[in-house]
Amino acid sequence: MKPLASLAVRSIWNRRGTATLTVFALAVSVMLLTGVELLRTGAKESFARTISGTDLIVGARSGPVNLLLYSVFRIGEPISNLSWDSYRLVENHPAVAWTVPIALGDSHRGYRVLGTSDDYFSHYRYGERRPLEFSEGHAFADEQDAVLGAEVAHAFGYSIGTDILLSHGIGEVGFHEHEEHGFHVVGILAPTGTPVDRTVHVSLEALAEIHGSEEMAGLTAFLVGMKSKDSVLVMQRALNEYRQEALTAVIPGVALQQLWQVVGVADRALFLVAALVVLAGLIGMLAMILASMGERRREMAVLRAVGARPVHVFLLLLIEAVLLAATGAVAGILAAHFALAGAASWLASRYGMFLSPQGPGLFDLLVAAAVILAAALAGLLPAWRAYRNALTDGLAVRT
Amino acid sequence: MNEAALEISDLRFAYGAGSPVLDIPRLIVKRGERVLLRGPSGSGKSTLLGIVSGVLAPGGGHVKLLGSDLGAMPAASRDAFRGDHVGLIFQMFNLLPYLTVLENILLPARFSACRRDRCSPNPVSEGRRLMTALGLSGADEATRRVVNLSIGQQQRVAAARALLGRPELVIADEPTSALDSDLRDSFLQLLMAECNAARATLLFVSHDTSLGPRFDRQLAIHDINRVRTDEASA
Repeated sequence: MKPLASLAVRSIWNRRGTATLTVFALAVSVMLLTGVELLRTGAKESFARTISGTDLIVGARSGPVNLLLYSVFRIGEPISNLSWDSYRLVENHPAVAWTVPIALGDSHRGYRVLGTSDDYFSHYRYGERRPLEFSEGHAFADEQDAVLGAEVAHAFGYSIGTDILLSHGIGEVGFHEHEEHGFHVVGILAPTGTPVDRTVHVSLEALAEIHGSEEMAGLTAFLVGMKSKDSVLVMQRALNEYRQEALTAVIPGVALQQLWQVVGVADRALFLVAALVVLAGLIGMLAMILASMGERRREMAVLRAVGARPVHVFLLLLIEAVLLAATGAVAGILAAHFALAGAASWLASRYGMFLSPQGPGLFDLLVAAAVILAAALAGLLPAWRAYRNALTDGLAVRT
Repeated sequence: MNEAALEISDLRFAYGAGSPVLDIPRLIVKRGERVLLRGPSGSGKSTLLGIVSGVLAPGGGHVKLLGSDLGAMPAASRDAFRGDHVGLIFQMFNLLPYLTVLENILLPARFSACRRDRCSPNPVSEGRRLMTALGLSGADEATRRVVNLSIGQQQRVAAARALLGRPELVIADEPTSALDSDLRDSFLQLLMAECNAARATLLFVSHDTSLGPRFDRQLAIHDINRVRTDEASA
C-alpha cells in the first residue's frame, strides 16, 4: 500500500491543476454542508440559552413564535402594545412571583433600547439559569441612567459616565434623535452571548419622558415568574382567554419548540440541498478521474511492467479518489469552521445569533467519513475500469 | 551454468475464443544469450513477449522461465515473478511523467524486494551507477523531470530501469524504432554492455534486420510460430 500511496500522491500532484479544482469543488460543497449544520445547531443552542427561568411571556395578541422572537430575541416588530392595566393585573396576582415589563421601539446607533424596571436585572435568567451580572457599575437609579449590554459598550468604547443619545425607531440612523434626552451610562453588563449584550437598558420612566408623556402608553411585553410551576398552565390559559384585552401568553420552551417545527422543514430542505451539492462535487471528482484514465493507460502498463498486479492498479485509483475526497472534506470542514468563526460577530449583530465557538466535532467526523466512503464507492468505477484495462492491455497499450 | 533462461514447448495462445495467434512447438534461449526476434508487426511478437513476461497466461503447453513454469502459476505470482526477474523496455512511453529520472529508474525496487536487495550497495547508488553507465550522468539529471528528456534519453532511462537490480531476463520490445540510426547504435551498445555486465539474458524484438550481427542469435517469428502472419490478430 505504501509505495502505491506515494505514487498516487505524485500522480495527483502531476495533475495538480485539475486536482486542485476538483478538491476545491468538493471543499466548497462540504463547507456548505458543514456550515448549514453548524448554523442550525448553533442557532438552536443560541436560542435555547437566551432565556431561562421565565415561566410566561405575555404580549398583545399575536403568534406565540412571533411574540417570542420580538420580545426576547429582538427580531421583528411587535404588532401592538398591551395596556398597563393588564400588566398590573398580572403583577398583583397572588400566584405571580415577579414580573418584568419590556418596552421596545427606540434605538441607539443601531442597537435596540429596552425600557424596563430594576426587576429585569434581578429576574432575567439565561443559559443554565444564570442571572445578569454587572462588569461595571450598577442598575439605573435615575431617569437619565442607562445600562449597556457588553457588546454595545465594546462597540463604541463606552464606559461608565459616557453620555449617549437615543433615537426613536430602530434603524441604524434615527429620523430624529431625542437630542434633549441624553443618557448617562451607569452600568455595563458582563457578556452573556445573548441579545442582552446588544441592548441599551433604560427605565420605563425615562422612555415615557423622552416620548413626552408621564407614563408609557403601553408595554411591548412582559415576563412572568410564577410562585409555583403548577400554576403556569392555568395562568397561561387565563391570559389567553382574558376578555378585556386580546393577549398572548407563551411558555418560552414551548414557543421555541414551535419555532423549531417551523424552521425544521426549511432546515431539512437546506440540509438535503447541501448534501446534493456534495454529491455533485463527488461526481465532478469521478469525472476528473475518468477523464484522466485514457492518457494514464500507459502509466498503468509501465507499472505492470515493473511488477504491479492488476489489483495494484485498482488500488492506485481507489487511493487517488480517497485522497482527493479526504483533502476536500478536511478543507471544507475547516473552512466552514473558520468562516463561521469569522462571521460570528456579523451573525450576532445582523441576526441575533450568538454562536458559541466550537472546534470540529462528531458531525464533522461523520461528514468526513461519509464523503470519503462515498468517494471510495465512486472510485470503484474508475478503479474497476483500470483493473479491466490492466488485464486486457497487458503490456501493450492499445489506444 | 548453461541451463535455459527460457524454455517454450507446445505453446498455444489465442485471445479469448478468437483464432490462434501463437503455436510455438519449441523455443529455447540460454542464460546470458542475446537474441534478436524479428518479424513484421502483427506477427504475434508482442503476444509472445506478454506471455514470456507473465502478463498473459499461456493457453496451452509450457513456458518455463528460469526453471519456473509460468503456466502453472496464478496471475499474481506471475506478476511478482516478472517484478523479480524480468526487466522490460517498451517501444516508447516507458516512463511515469510525474517521477524524476532517478525515481523512474528505481520503480522496480518499489514493487520487488528481490530487485531491491540485489542493488549494491543500495538502489539509489545502483540507479546512479546505471545512469552514468548509460550516459545520463549530468549533475542534476537524477532530479530532472522525465518529460524534459529527449526520446533517446528516455529510452536510456528505460534501459536503466530494466537493468536495476540485475533481473535475469531483459525484454526489449522495439526500443530503438523511435530513434535515428546514430542514437540507435549508441543505445544498443550501452544496452548490450550492461546486459553483459549483469549477465542478463536479452530478448530483443525488432523488425530491423540490420541489427542482426550484434546479437548471439537471430530468430524470425515465422520460423518458430506455426500460425501464419495473416491469421494472427495481434
